[in-house]
Amino acid sequence: MVEEVAREAAEAARPASASGSVIAITDLSLTFQTADGPVHALQDIDLSVDRGEFVSLIGPSGCGKTTLLRVIADLEQPTSGEIAVNGVSPDAARRARAYGYVFQAAALYPWRSIASNVALPLEIMGLSKAERSERVKRNLELVNLTGFERKYPWQLSGGMQQRASIARALAVEPDLLLMDEPFGALDEIVRDHLNEQLLQLWAKTHKTIVFVTHSIPEAVFLSTKIVVMSPRPGRVYDVIDCDLPGERTLDIRETPEFLEIAHRVREGLRAGHSYDD
Amino acid sequence: MTALAEPGGGVGLSPRVFVRRIFAGQTGPVLVVVAAIILVWYLGAAFLNAPQQMEADGRAGVERSLTGFLAATYSQERPVLPAPHQVAAEIWKTTFAMKPTSKRSLVYHGWVTLSSTLMGFAIGTLLGVLLAVGIVYSRTLDKSLMPWIIASQTIPILAIAPMIVVVLGAINVAPVFAKGTVSAYLAFFPVAVGMVKGLRSPDPMLLDLMRTYSAGPWQTLVKLRLPAAMPFLFASLKVAIAISLVGAIVGELPTGARAGLGARLLAGSYYGQTVQIWSALLVAAFMAAILVTLVGIADRIVLRRMGMAR
Amino acid sequence: MSEASAAHERMAAAIGVLTAGPAPVLTYPAALLALAAIPFPVATGGGPVAGSSLLAAALLMAVPALGWPRAPVGRLLLVAAVTALAFFLLLAHLAPIAGRAGLGFWLLVAAAAILAVQVMRGLAHRSGGRGSGLRRLNAVAVPVVFGLWLLVLWECLVRGFGVPPVLLPPPSEIARQIASSLSILWADFRQTFLKAVLAGYVIGCLSGFLIAILVDRVPFLKRGLLPVGNMVSALPIIGIAPIMVMWFGFDWPSKAAVVVVMTFFPMLVNTVTGLSAAGAMERDLMRTYAASYGQELIKLRLPAALPFIFNALKINSTLALIGAIVAEFFGTPIVGMGFRISTEVGRMNISMVWAEIAVAALAGSLFYGLVALLERAFTFWHPSYRH
Repeated sequence: MVEEVAREAAEAARPASASGSVIAITDLSLTFQTADGPVHALQDIDLSVDRGEFVSLIGPSGCGKTTLLRVIADLEQPTSGEIAVNGVSPDAARRARAYGYVFQAAALYPWRSIASNVALPLEIMGLSKAERSERVKRNLELVNLTGFERKYPWQLSGGMQQRASIARALAVEPDLLLMDEPFGALDEIVRDHLNEQLLQLWAKTHKTIVFVTHSIPEAVFLSTKIVVMSPRPGRVYDVIDCDLPGERTLDIRETPEFLEIAHRVREGLRAGHSYDD
Repeated sequence: MTALAEPGGGVGLSPRVFVRRIFAGQTGPVLVVVAAIILVWYLGAAFLNAPQQMEADGRAGVERSLTGFLAATYSQERPVLPAPHQVAAEIWKTTFAMKPTSKRSLVYHGWVTLSSTLMGFAIGTLLGVLLAVGIVYSRTLDKSLMPWIIASQTIPILAIAPMIVVVLGAINVAPVFAKGTVSAYLAFFPVAVGMVKGLRSPDPMLLDLMRTYSAGPWQTLVKLRLPAAMPFLFASLKVAIAISLVGAIVGELPTGARAGLGARLLAGSYYGQTVQIWSALLVAAFMAAILVTLVGIADRIVLRRMGMAR
Repeated sequence: MSEASAAHERMAAAIGVLTAGPAPVLTYPAALLALAAIPFPVATGGGPVAGSSLLAAALLMAVPALGWPRAPVGRLLLVAAVTALAFFLLLAHLAPIAGRAGLGFWLLVAAAAILAVQVMRGLAHRSGGRGSGLRRLNAVAVPVVFGLWLLVLWECLVRGFGVPPVLLPPPSEIARQIASSLSILWADFRQTFLKAVLAGYVIGCLSGFLIAILVDRVPFLKRGLLPVGNMVSALPIIGIAPIMVMWFGFDWPSKAAVVVVMTFFPMLVNTVTGLSAAGAMERDLMRTYAASYGQELIKLRLPAALPFIFNALKINSTLALIGAIVAEFFGTPIVGMGFRISTEVGRMNISMVWAEIAVAALAGSLFYGLVALLERAFTFWHPSYRH
């Protein structure tokens, strides 16, 4: 039994084969039991994410996009259906620290300095001190936060805090990055800036990213694939391939190609939306 | 791999569902904890009283079975720790089964303590609220007096209770007023601090709104600050009523008072009457619980009528 | 009027608004009272203020009403100096007239007291905010001035009216008592504070903390114990003192036991509450790291619980002192703060009681202050301390 878990863990930590799916979901449903009766948060979801893809989940509030991300991260358990992350169960993938997760808020611990916050997962993984400080340095550099190591989170702006939390997720050195509306609470200018930085980061590191958002321009600008979801029950309404060129700048948002994809996403959102609320 | 949720339960309230509901809330666990405390109490009583019992039996040459021995440890005249039922019986005997005017009735002693508690509570609360209003409206009072009120919470003011009672007694103040003074003094501080916090709790935007109406200080106080302070007031009242009772009991301690729960405690400790101590203690605890609960009920009623219920 | 002079006047008005303090309204009644005192006797049956050295005090207290100097700071300093000098003269004059002070004397005391209020008003309006050091100094000065004012009035009233010391001794008498019984006070302090309070506090807080961590692991216990613990915190636990004295004897262990019981529940309740204070997102984060229970406890939940734990430590610092002192009312060896208070009350030696209370107050606030300092050092990150 123990051996089996260990083998599974080793498998999960290993990057999936170049062509295989990092995430494979079939027929997945999740129902919450509440005082007002059952809520169908997710119903019959089929989705596969390939290695190196940047997939956005977009939809109105209540469509289950965050719930789906949490199922992938093993923060929620599905009621029925199959899901595999790196070829193993989400639970095994989590135990193998196969992914990094970025929340809606920075969720930095106020009693730890920025460097020490980024080192937090590494401490839990039991890495040596030298390895920890090396990774902290490298990842803070990656998000342009060098020089802020000894500051405390509350001394930084919201955008810097969120960058620190991305560095923290990257420090685990996962091949998979799960991001839940990471820039939702930031103002437009900061958000644009961080979007550009995130794209550069993705180009540099070749990670697989699953990104939850409710902003159409953000989704189109960042993604290689956009998954449009509709609420009550949460379903996948449309999957749109976003074949804009790999090297993107903010100016691309004015091009007809961009606007065409954005239009298709908007149509999908409109059709899936019932306006009964 | 996937965890299947259990199918939706039935709608009817079968006994088993009922029990599960109780244990999912607080009632069940609290009952279990209370039962556990009583059990530990019984075990402790047997354990603590055993040596005394063995000695007595040895002297009298009595042989007892285990159950007989246990029963004996639960029925001693002056046990180290009286069993719960002994205390319950004593409380019954000295409350319901006795004329309330008797000097041995706990109703009589309880009333003596309760009257000074309530008087002190009322006066202390009134003074605390008035002073809090003064502090909120006077910068001088705020800067000069408030630091002392806060600092006084860090010192053991209860220690001056006996002095107040004796000194007031020396100038022929009736004991009920002397103890009431102690209670008032103790109740005053939490109410003043809580009310200052409460009167300052309204959002600056709401205060600005009152200014746009060109409302006077009195209108702002009555229409905004006082209603906003209600939750704070009741939170401090719960502290104040409890500390008032403690003040009244401690005020009865070193003064040779003949009446009151504190005097009962002291007399019990002089004569080694453990059952008497425990029954006075439990009655005091019941009284505190009831008083705090009453304030809690008042809290809920007032806040609900104001539409502020949590 | 020329435009230039109008501008000049506007500017002067603006400067006037900027520099003007609160109107020194209280200097007028003070001057009136002081001058009115001159024809009245200092002591009943004695000569008038006019014929004594207190005439200087009377005339001095009329000066601030002249409205000079113009600068608010200068005015404040003048009023403060006059008040201090007047009170000094009054106190120096107390000894020969103790118990028979006359109307002239009381009018002067009233005038000085009103001037002191004016000083506090001036200081209070110049304090507050996070600005300069001077403003912060002012914020400390106001309560200090208030405390001194209270002490001086207490001294004047008690000695001037000749209140018997068994009712209320003057502060000078209490200070003399403290100075002359330092060794007794130290022995009492050692018995009550250094032995009973500290031992009970450490044991009570530590056991409350450890039990809380155990309780936290069992949700059932948590739901059951939290309401019980909250209720117990409101009960007169102090009443167990006679029982503890019976169980643990007359010496300090029985007092420590009372302190243990009194400090246990606040620590239990606060720690249990604090352990669930960490946010859902922070916990999810730990879950994505597949952190163990111990790792989550040490790296997230205990740090997040620290403000609650320190809250209990602060509440308990006061409760511990109260518990130990009151428990001594039920029997002690012949030493201890509570013992001293109860026996000296019985002997009507009230100044010794006040001396003991002064020591208790000092010990209590220092103890609390120490815990508060530690709190600042450990929870510097908490919103209430951030700058």
